[in-house]
Amino acid sequence: MVKRSRWLVPVAAAAIVLVGCTQGTSNNKTVTIIGTWTDTEQANFLAMVKPWEDSSGYTVKYQGTRSINDILAAGIPTGVLPDLAGLPGPGQMADYVKAGALQPLDDVLDISTYTSETNAALVNYGKVDGKTYGVFIKAALKGLIFYNPKLHDYSTGAPKTWDELTQMGAANKGNAQALWCLGIESGAASGWPGTDWIENILLRQSGPDVYNDWWAGKVKWTDPKIKAAFDVYMDVVKNSFGGGTNAVATKFQTAGDPLFANPPGCELFEQASFMSGQGAFATKKADTDYNAFPFPAINPDYATAIEGAGDLFGMFHATDGAKSLMKYLVTAPAQDIWVKAGGALSANKNATDYPDNFSKAQGAAVAAAKQFVFDASDVMPSAMNAAFWQHIVSLTSGSETVDAALTALQKVADDAYKPAS
Amino acid sequence: MDKLVTAAIVVVVVPGALITYIWGTEQVLRLLPERLKPTVRPWLWLAPALLFLAIFLIYPMIGTIIHSFQNHAGTQFVGLDNYVWFFGSEDALTSLKNNALWLIFLTLFVVGFGLLVAVLVDRVRYESVAKSVIFVPLAISMVAASVIWLYMYEYKPPGTEQTGTINALIGTAGLGPVPFTQVQQFSANTFALIVVMAWMWTGFGMVIISAALKGINPELMEAARMDGATEWQVFRGIIFPLLVPTLVVVSTTMIITALKAFDIVFTMTNGNLGTNVIANQMYAEMFKFNQYGRASAIAVVLLLAIIPIMFFNVGRFRQQEAVR
Repeated sequence: MVKRSRWLVPVAAAAIVLVGCTQGTSNNKTVTIIGTWTDTEQANFLAMVKPWEDSSGYTVKYQGTRSINDILAAGIPTGVLPDLAGLPGPGQMADYVKAGALQPLDDVLDISTYTSETNAALVNYGKVDGKTYGVFIKAALKGLIFYNPKLHDYSTGAPKTWDELTQMGAANKGNAQALWCLGIESGAASGWPGTDWIENILLRQSGPDVYNDWWAGKVKWTDPKIKAAFDVYMDVVKNSFGGGTNAVATKFQTAGDPLFANPPGCELFEQASFMSGQGAFATKKADTDYNAFPFPAINPDYATAIEGAGDLFGMFHATDGAKSLMKYLVTAPAQDIWVKAGGALSANKNATDYPDNFSKAQGAAVAAAKQFVFDASDVMPSAMNAAFWQHIVSLTSGSETVDAALTALQKVADDAYKPAS
Repeated sequence: MDKLVTAAIVVVVVPGALITYIWGTEQVLRLLPERLKPTVRPWLWLAPALLFLAIFLIYPMIGTIIHSFQNHAGTQFVGLDNYVWFFGSEDALTSLKNNALWLIFLTLFVVGFGLLVAVLVDRVRYESVAKSVIFVPLAISMVAASVIWLYMYEYKPPGTEQTGTINALIGTAGLGPVPFTQVQQFSANTFALIVVMAWMWTGFGMVIISAALKGINPELMEAARMDGATEWQVFRGIIFPLLVPTLVVVSTTMIITALKAFDIVFTMTNGNLGTNVIANQMYAEMFKFNQYGRASAIAVVLLLAIIPIMFFNVGRFRQQEAVR
């Protein structure tokens, strides 16, 4: 018996592996999807696909994970991929296209309708060599400055410039303990809220051209323009509730909660539009409990540029179900379902069923934006992105100087942007 | 439905295959001359295990070594480039240093506390209860343990309510708050992570050492006490020397565990603020940056570091077998 059970284990393992493989391929009436949405966002997405499931007879098998980058990176060489997936960013999308894994959508979607209903900047981000591979099914606006109107209402006189913001912030601080709230902890992605800060500052200081050259590796990290952006960020860290140590220890989801404390921990809090579904914001009412104004200009020449992000969606298997779902997801009625539930901005200009004026204003800003830049850290090579996050954490905690961080980042860049050999 | 089919396959097909294999080997053996049978039979029985070992261990190992000399996609040989990168990268050297800290201090903690607890509880009536309590953390998954300790270490700014267990406790004494996983001086945050692993593995050290302790002939100790030896002398002169082989086994196991440390670092700090370890770096190179060559080189470095310890461990086992 003992002897038999010894090789029973490997044989059983083999059987499980074999069975597991056969289960991996989806049968005809399901569409498998992997996305980054969990919890509330997952529920909203499933609500969004429900009408399609009802009308088409397909079932959606959805898996939400924060490690989507790792899963897809491992799936490309092995071929174990979902039918549809949320893509980490345009950079990774281009990699997947190059690897031959992503399917073009030009024959799947009604491209002319899609183009007319979506902001041209977003449409372009989904293209590789003129073909559409990714579509945005929701968008987010980065660099919003949240405040508690009960402390001071900025809705009628939001600061237009950074200097104005500093002055008004100091004047209206009341009994708040600090000017800013800051929290950059986010598990394996810790540091990203800090990179958003740098990006928003750089965009308003030096403009979209420098910004785009920077993430493309054409402007060095040690450039004075980049250092200037880091210096402003370090000043924000210095004026944040609990200081850098607290910012490193605080999850981004709950970082804005001190806005509502008594006495308030801080007066202002920078985050993206999706923050309204997170932490204490989820239980507060937009317009009355919290509101936001856009990131002010630093150099007046670059007042109109906005930084956004979006959930890019791509197709790995061109099954009938996947095609039909893809077609449905870009339409206004589909996106309205999530928009109505809150916490999302639609990519489709015609989906405007926003639950409050707060989100309606952000949605209009996304639809109208002339200069729309993508989250730079998302479009950098992944090694660069990871190093950026990592050094932001060190900088924020105060264990590294700006110059040392920038030199180290440039060293990573020298390696990460090298053309593949 | 799929699951039922899976279950049916496991229950029916797997034992069926096993029985067929055993029956088949006996049929083959019948054809052989009598004197060859005892030599061939064990190999036939071992064959499936060896086959799986070859497929899932030997083949990937050779593949990894080859990959470590290739470029990021494995399409071209680049000589020693990946190793040059590894030993020239500041991050990699930090990871190496941290692994050394893990190796030394995790082993010291586990062997030290394991020995202490094993010797102490050996003398009390509620021994099994005490041992169970200390052993329980080993049954928790590493990620779950990390999450527990994230709550233990949680930090809120001074003046606000502390929600972390430790900071709330020391707060009642008017101390803190201490940002445990954020302090980089003297690698304090790495030690905070090592404590988590030590908390989990002390029970393992304790159980093994305790078993060895029970194996010591009580007459030896009694004789020593009759001759007037103090308890400390009994420990120094009899118990400790007899426990040394066991302590060595626990130590080598912990050294290997320390070199493989990944989950705790990944979950608690993701290697930020100078807490990175080799395994985490290998994971990042492989799955985040698609640098198969570099990831393989890291794996090979790790393998080379573990091999001497493995040989030492196997040698120890052989010696013990020989004594028996």
